[in-house]
Amino acid sequence: MAIHLRTLNEVLHSSNKKKTWGTKEYFINMGPQHPSTHGVLRFVLRLEGEVVKEIIPVLGYIHRGIEKIGESVSYRNFVHLTDRCDYLSSIINNWGVSKVVENAMQIETNERIETIRTIFAEIQRLQSHTLWWGVFAMDLGAFTPFLYGFRDREFLTSIVEDTCGSRLTMNYIQPGGVMYDIKPDFSTKIKNYIRYLRPRIDEYEQLVSNNIIIQKRTENVGILSKDDACSYGTTGPVLRASGVPLDLRKDHPYGMYGKVDFSVAVGSVGDCWDRYWVRIEEMRQSLNIIEQLIDNIPPGKHMVMKHTAKIKLPIGYHYDQVETARGILGVFVASDGKDSPYRIHLRSPNFNNLWSITKMAAGLKISDLVAIFSTLDIVMPDVDR
Amino acid sequence: MNKMTASIEKIYNKYQKFIVENVISKKELRINSENLIDFMYFMRNDSDLKYDILCDHTVVDWVNNNSFDLVYNLYSTEYKNYIIISTTIPRNKPIINTVSGIWRIAEWQEREAYDFFGVLYTDHKDLRRLFLEDDWIGFPLRKDYKDNFMLEM
Repeated sequence: MAIHLRTLNEVLHSSNKKKTWGTKEYFINMGPQHPSTHGVLRFVLRLEGEVVKEIIPVLGYIHRGIEKIGESVSYRNFVHLTDRCDYLSSIINNWGVSKVVENAMQIETNERIETIRTIFAEIQRLQSHTLWWGVFAMDLGAFTPFLYGFRDREFLTSIVEDTCGSRLTMNYIQPGGVMYDIKPDFSTKIKNYIRYLRPRIDEYEQLVSNNIIIQKRTENVGILSKDDACSYGTTGPVLRASGVPLDLRKDHPYGMYGKVDFSVAVGSVGDCWDRYWVRIEEMRQSLNIIEQLIDNIPPGKHMVMKHTAKIKLPIGYHYDQVETARGILGVFVASDGKDSPYRIHLRSPNFNNLWSITKMAAGLKISDLVAIFSTLDIVMPDVDR
Repeated sequence: MNKMTASIEKIYNKYQKFIVENVISKKELRINSENLIDFMYFMRNDSDLKYDILCDHTVVDWVNNNSFDLVYNLYSTEYKNYIIISTTIPRNKPIINTVSGIWRIAEWQEREAYDFFGVLYTDHKDLRRLFLEDDWIGFPLRKDYKDNFMLEM
């Protein structure tokens, strides 16, 4: 029985006492305002020269208490808070909450709803990965891909804006359906875009993947073994790059994923390069999925529930998960039978992916830390919630 | 699905005396808090179970029963199934063994639980606040948490 409560100050002072000869060890803050920490993440780095000895992530700079707010709002309102978490896969987050509500209340949706949801989830994954690709290259010192990534994301953003009216925090999926029906010209626009993006992905590969600097900076850097990846709770592209083919879209199909043909990209080494390659391959697979669905969206209603209908979940624990662009988003609800959750908890993919960096980057240089962090693709609001 | 039921039966046979409640249809098991570590080792290492990812760990504050429910979501990458393990500890003495020796990610998930609920984990290497500041008073996700700046509806 040993419980020892500590503070950050104590941690810093206790490791400072270790005296070493030669280069002195020192602490440096990376962030909270740093271009390559993608938001307000603060690393306290214990350095020796420029070799990183230890990484202490300090969180909470954008903590908004979304789980506490969730205890006083209805399930339908809570959907709108989830896209403030991981703002790059907001529609998939909406789906997570909707899925838990629908499964607990046994609401049957129709095929049209599921097809639209699947298409939008893949659009979201695509736009998340194109943005990530640009930001990743910028972190490693190449500026052009950043502009390319944003340019190609812009089309998708405007297509989603046409449908649901917002450009960043997209609320689209609701328990029982989707908010608005798709526009008549939706499928033509998407088809044009697919025709546009396919050659662009090849161009991405020529521009970045074939670049010798990018290759040297990612190959065999930040290796995360299979066992470590599982033990550190990583999911999504990070886990798949380490060689574990865990993809909920394949293993526990929901939406229309069971009826479309796609493959899961799996890496072998688990280094930065594999994580890069897995995401590029996922972009191609997302295009395949959309292409198979876009021509046969079945007719029907876009909402099977009244907007005013009360949502009450049966008493007990409910858990369900979806595959976002970054990994598994789990929604855990403890219900006491009232119309707002007794406790709602988001198992955020970013929170669980983040900690593997303490394992991967120890012993490497600061520039490698930037490369590793960039391939983890962390969105900070989702870590802090 | 058959595999799933078979493995739950195996858990049930071996750990019958610790299991308080068993809801197979919802994939939920409720166990005794004293045997948590043994049970979790069994869940990860048994060749028919192999729950190698701790997906999630969270706490539910049942203030009327004066107890905390600790919830663990496990996932098996080999057999592709997940299970919810829950256990109850008293609210006035919220002490439980850490599972961070089994899954590394538990170290941070437990820090979150300590930060928001004040659950104390024995033998935890680095138990400190995760999101809130070190001098924060109280544990905000507890149901009876009060604060001078809160807006009471």
